[in-house]
Amino acid sequence: MPLNESWQTAEIPGPKKASLIIKPDIADAMIRRAKRPIMIVGHGILEYEVEGNYLIDCLIELAKKAKIPIVVSASTNKEFLARGYEPAAIMTAIDISNRLTDTEWKGLDGKDSYDLAIFVGLPYSMEWTILSGLKHFAPGVKTMTLDCVYQPNASWSFPNSTIKDWAANLKGIVTNLGD
Amino acid sequence: MNSQGGIVVNKKGVHFRIKEITSDLAQFRDLSITIGAINQERWDEPMGPTPFPSLTTLRPWDQKLLSRYKPFYLPFCDLCCLCTYGKCDLTGTKRGACGISMPAQQSRTVLITACIGAATHISHSRELLTYVIERAGRDCPINVGGVGVEVEAPITRLVTGIKPETLGDLEPVLDYCENQVTQLLAVTHTGQEGNNLDFESKIFHAGMIDHLGMEVADIAQVSALGFPRAEPETPLADMGLGTVDTSKPVILVIGHNVPPAAAIIDYLRDNGMSSSVEVTGICCTALDLTRYSDKAKIIGPISWQLRYIRSGVPDVIVVDEQCVRTDTLQEAAHIRTPLIATSEKNCLGLPDRTADPVDDIVEGFVNGSVPGALILDTKKVGEVAARVAAAIAPKRKKHSALPTSHQLAEWAKKCTQCMLCRHACPNDLPVAQAVKAAAGGNLSLLDELYDDCLGCGRCEPACTQKIPIHSLIVAAADRKTREESYCIRTGRGAIQDVEIRKVGGPIVLGEIPGVVAFVGCANYPKGSREVAEMCMEFARRRYIVCTSGCSAMSAGMYRNEDGKTAYEQYPGGFEAGGIVNVGSCVSNAHIAGAAIKIASIFAKRPLRGNYEEIADYVHNRVGAVGVAWGAMSQKAAAIAAGFWRLGIPVVVGPHGTKYRRMLLGRADKDADWFVTDARTGESVYGGPVPEHLFFAAETKEEAMVMIAKLTMRPNDTSKGRANKLANYIDLHKRLVGGIPPDVFRLVRTQADIPLTMKDEIVMHLEEHGWKEGTIPDPTLLPRMIHKKKV
Repeated sequence: MPLNESWQTAEIPGPKKASLIIKPDIADAMIRRAKRPIMIVGHGILEYEVEGNYLIDCLIELAKKAKIPIVVSASTNKEFLARGYEPAAIMTAIDISNRLTDTEWKGLDGKDSYDLAIFVGLPYSMEWTILSGLKHFAPGVKTMTLDCVYQPNASWSFPNSTIKDWAANLKGIVTNLGD
Repeated sequence: MNSQGGIVVNKKGVHFRIKEITSDLAQFRDLSITIGAINQERWDEPMGPTPFPSLTTLRPWDQKLLSRYKPFYLPFCDLCCLCTYGKCDLTGTKRGACGISMPAQQSRTVLITACIGAATHISHSRELLTYVIERAGRDCPINVGGVGVEVEAPITRLVTGIKPETLGDLEPVLDYCENQVTQLLAVTHTGQEGNNLDFESKIFHAGMIDHLGMEVADIAQVSALGFPRAEPETPLADMGLGTVDTSKPVILVIGHNVPPAAAIIDYLRDNGMSSSVEVTGICCTALDLTRYSDKAKIIGPISWQLRYIRSGVPDVIVVDEQCVRTDTLQEAAHIRTPLIATSEKNCLGLPDRTADPVDDIVEGFVNGSVPGALILDTKKVGEVAARVAAAIAPKRKKHSALPTSHQLAEWAKKCTQCMLCRHACPNDLPVAQAVKAAAGGNLSLLDELYDDCLGCGRCEPACTQKIPIHSLIVAAADRKTREESYCIRTGRGAIQDVEIRKVGGPIVLGEIPGVVAFVGCANYPKGSREVAEMCMEFARRRYIVCTSGCSAMSAGMYRNEDGKTAYEQYPGGFEAGGIVNVGSCVSNAHIAGAAIKIASIFAKRPLRGNYEEIADYVHNRVGAVGVAWGAMSQKAAAIAAGFWRLGIPVVVGPHGTKYRRMLLGRADKDADWFVTDARTGESVYGGPVPEHLFFAAETKEEAMVMIAKLTMRPNDTSKGRANKLANYIDLHKRLVGGIPPDVFRLVRTQADIPLTMKDEIVMHLEEHGWKEGTIPDPTLLPRMIHKKKV
């Protein structure tokens, strides 16, 4: 399957499609460049484990290193709490995304708008439509997905990749951020 | 005609009133013209302000709702492809060649969707009404619950101002529906409406008209076909593939319009064949057939079509309309089963045999020379289906399209692991992995897929090796399918007035924490079981749970540790802890009707042509929530829209984001949540309740927490709010973890705090600088103020 083709057949958006994150450095650079990033983590992240490591742990490490507030949706919160990490907010993916389209919204801490929204772990089609909403109606917010599947409506997306390669990419981002 | 005029339609008559019209020839004032029958007034309730509302009559009400619940657009496509100017790229702030913007285009698409849904219900309703009038006469009295139901048609009374007494009285109601849908569809033409919120208002209008059409359909069939009449404890009907006696000839009916299926039951009964032929059904025709006859069996929801047909069990397939797979004829041919199409809306390319002798048609089917036929005579369908089933069953010997275990493994070995099956799967199921395991003799992964599979079959055309993947899944789950043996409480139809009187107070005061209606299709993210689990959870918590359509089936397709289904564990009355199956898709009207009747019967609000006031009451006081966990169709969109106009929130599953927009409130914007206190005329903060009007949940767990929250209303008494908060907080703690972050927005006074959670909530309130508020007598309509502000 081509790297930049929607994971689900026929989920073809239109002329504007996500740029590929072909190596972790790109994601790392985007995160560093962002002034106010935020990460939205869906329940899907709980399903993934590579060589005994849960990918949720990798996200926690990434969030800590890059100082990115995490918003958890659905029942993801419990797993974060179980790891001693308190997310910045519990919110549904729909609610947080809707707020991101509001140019007057000053963020979870009331300080300023976000300029980078990182999504991971939502059901594919739900994330696809949410990213579409942000593509059209949140011009001040760049979006990035850290999922292992290509999301054409994001600003940047990983290509379709194996779980193992995906885990390596996430670890690569974390390592780079530690430099 | 200028905007000060109006049109009133009464009992087959049309009354035009024109306040002022100016032309080159003359000027008319207060011109009044009546065409058709004279209105025979048989209802002494004074007419309200909005009988037979036009496209814009209720626009001010819609605008109130839409100023609080704004669309959050989720474009499913960046383009508009509707006219030859296009395709137009509408990305971001770009406009199309006609000038349309992305928000307007999205709302326009939702309106088209709602119009399709409403037109489908109304067309179905017209067909049914024509059928029952032919069968029982235009003067046949409407009877949906005997003396137990005096408000027989709450939506009709509310919207049109008509109090129907006979089947004939329902005709002008459908005339109005057909007129409105035509006008609504015209709105979507290039160069018509250009404002997204005006499109949204018209979506609400389409929804209201849809509910009207559904109500006519169900009260017509209940009145004339002997369906249960608002009985709380209707009989339990068999459900599931495992309930079918496959030693007998089997007829399968699919669709939504019950007359052809009823004719089969009639023929079998009249010819002493009832015990020798099985009549089984899928989708709403099945639900309605169990309301017609205790001999009928339900196989399952819409998603059971492929698996059941390919099992080879049906000897004859009879399709009517709506939600029927369009490749049913091809599927039927694979199992050597003849197909009878019975609706002008679904001819499937088949020859019209309506005028042919029954013997000829039967012979063609039985000797295999004819794969299918269109028969538009209901009675003839009954005879042909019954006779063909009896004659062909011994020849077919339940010829199946499913592979044997040996064939299954051989097919699986052809898999190249290209993953295209997974890319085609709407639920992103690990199909390729399961096929790979099957190639090695392990069928357990395929068997597991069966539970979450939507039955769409998209994996098969995607396969480069032409592996019949869906058949492999069904074959691997052979034991499961044979053990599918459940039951469902037969659709009862309306809610009795006496039930409304009993629960109206507790619902409005919040002592019954809410009414949760599980409706709609079977496009579930993780199988039917989630619907059953949600139903039982809310019934256990003493909510009133309603079910309809495919969701009503799913609610019964799970047995607890004691081997009981939801319908065997909980009563069927409209009461705290009841699970109330109202019936098929069109029976959804009774759920909206129950909310309306709470306003009318319990609160004694005027009903006749008084939409705004009743909707204002329902929105602010009746803690009802609709849940369409597997919403798939355009009809589901129209049904949801009808609830939105009444101010009732609707929760959908994750696939529901494909409906292109949500309607979301912003709890953090206090200014959005002010209501008028009808006692004083003061504008007061009513709190963010209900927070959303249309919301897609990511998981079942998120849905359950949101449902509990969305049952809150500004009018809740403290006792009621404490009860609702206790459920919300408890579900949040269990399913999400911790106390919900927004409790401080939902507690209005100290008395709202649930006693058992007092310490932690008080701490939470202190952390958020909470201040004591008031409980208003809430309304969004200034005219409802009892005492004007001086």
